[in-house]
Amino acid sequence: MIARLIKDVPGRALALLGALLLALVAAPLVAGDYLLTVLILILYFAYIGQAWNIMMGFAGQLSLGHALYVGLGAYTAASLYVHFGIGPWLGLLVAVPVAALAGAIIGFLAFRFRVAGVYFAILTIAVAEFARVGFDHLSWTGESSGLFLPVAQFTHNDLWHLRGHPVMFYYILLVATVVAFVFCRALLQSRVGYFWLAIREDEDAARSAGIDVFHYKMIAVVISAAMTSFAGVIYAFYYNNLFPEQVFHISRSIEIILGPIVGGIGTLFGPILGAVVLTGVAETLTAALAAAGVDLPGAKQVFYGICLLLVITTLPDGVWPWVCKRVGLGSRKK
Amino acid sequence: MSAFLSVNGVSKRFRGLVAVDRTSFEVPEGGIFAVIGPNGAGKTTLFNMIAGVFPPDAGTITFAGERIDGLPPDRICRRGIGRTFQVVGPFPALSVEDDVIVGALLHRHHVGDARVRAHEVLRRLDLYDKRDQRASSLTLPDRKRLEVARSLATDPKLLLLDEVMAGLRPTETDRMVAILHGLNRETGLTILLIEHVMRAVMALASRILVLHHGAAIAEGLPEQVVREPAVIDSYLGVEAIT
Repeated sequence: MIARLIKDVPGRALALLGALLLALVAAPLVAGDYLLTVLILILYFAYIGQAWNIMMGFAGQLSLGHALYVGLGAYTAASLYVHFGIGPWLGLLVAVPVAALAGAIIGFLAFRFRVAGVYFAILTIAVAEFARVGFDHLSWTGESSGLFLPVAQFTHNDLWHLRGHPVMFYYILLVATVVAFVFCRALLQSRVGYFWLAIREDEDAARSAGIDVFHYKMIAVVISAAMTSFAGVIYAFYYNNLFPEQVFHISRSIEIILGPIVGGIGTLFGPILGAVVLTGVAETLTAALAAAGVDLPGAKQVFYGICLLLVITTLPDGVWPWVCKRVGLGSRKK
Repeated sequence: MSAFLSVNGVSKRFRGLVAVDRTSFEVPEGGIFAVIGPNGAGKTTLFNMIAGVFPPDAGTITFAGERIDGLPPDRICRRGIGRTFQVVGPFPALSVEDDVIVGALLHRHHVGDARVRAHEVLRRLDLYDKRDQRASSLTLPDRKRLEVARSLATDPKLLLLDEVMAGLRPTETDRMVAILHGLNRETGLTILLIEHVMRAVMALASRILVLHHGAAIAEGLPEQVVREPAVIDSYLGVEAIT
């Protein structure tokens, strides 16, 4: 299994991957509180970007409503905790199926009735917006005034209830990102991965090669939604407060997809690199501006815009394929 | 020989236009059957009905003794009918090898097994040396053979080829003819092809159907069909046989 996963990967790519992983494992030892917060954000976006990439990068289905799955995961687990004292890991057992079901419903509606391309994207936005408005009026989850998790001074890290120091969240997200990366690589090398790429490249040709396009698109949306909802659960327990206006807002969905687009859609490292570039550099910029005593609200958004512009015009395939070519990494296949 | 593919009184209308009008023919198992006719005669429409792109308005299609009309393309492919498209559509971003692996995975669950089958097919289609190239970087003749390769990798019993010779130079046409001949002889693959290149049709086909305005105007052995006055008038022209 492992041998198959690392087949075709050049030795120095593996070495670099190992070094990167070591650095990430060791990072909290040297990072201050602020840097840790930034790293957590990077991992969060790297993980969700990977999940979104399954739909867009592998199966070619553009979702602009992934905030829906984050929100459903976050709200389900948080509500169970607030109302019944059910911890997040048990809550996952409900939150993930809820999000997967939502993904399945959207997928069924779209793929059954051949809603594709931009129309599919609009459908995903619409459902996320429905959820935002709906949760605004759902008293069980605190309506628009928000859902709050009880916060106390932690004397120790309670992994079971996800109460504790950010370092704990950092490691959880690091494990999740690594697992997602390996999982996606395994998917890409499997039968379903090949079928997704075929569907992405040419749906009619895929169909006439015997691929049940509906079936495989459904698998993509369900896996992607389920993975994304896990990040939602972590989000809820990390921030301890949830507002429909924030969680389900379309800007959240856009944030999710920027990383993979900048990094490289359909690549395994794109979502990770994109998260590093966007979050890392944007936060550095903010910090630098603050240190210089310059007050420029919205500088981050402007930076995102510039990044996107640069990537779309100069590197339409994303930064990662370009880096690969430059340093001679990546698969041997050209 | 028994009828392998049997098309019975099949019709298709697009709005007012009758694209295919009560056409019937039978393809025997192991044969190479060609459908010829002028542009707009309904050849591709006929193909699309057999391949399941859309159902016929009337008539039936049976394959290996079972009705297949109205089934979707993926299920028809799984029953053993592979096809290529008139406008070639390889998976552009995939490598040649991966493109064919997609086809081979239809009846194989492990990518390793599919790769073995893909290599086999690629060797047959003279594409093995180009297996690591991106499909989009291939020349037209190579892309045409790649489509045949992907389709062949799905292990079809019947292969539908929609103008695979179009745009090929004579030497490439002969190469394709030789490949198809070999497949038919060595694996018993039944082939149904739409073709304009008469050189290829005459070299390959054991039987020919001529369509004109959606209706069959002639059917039979190649030498007979090309001498029929109706065929010469509507399609071939006098110089074709002189």
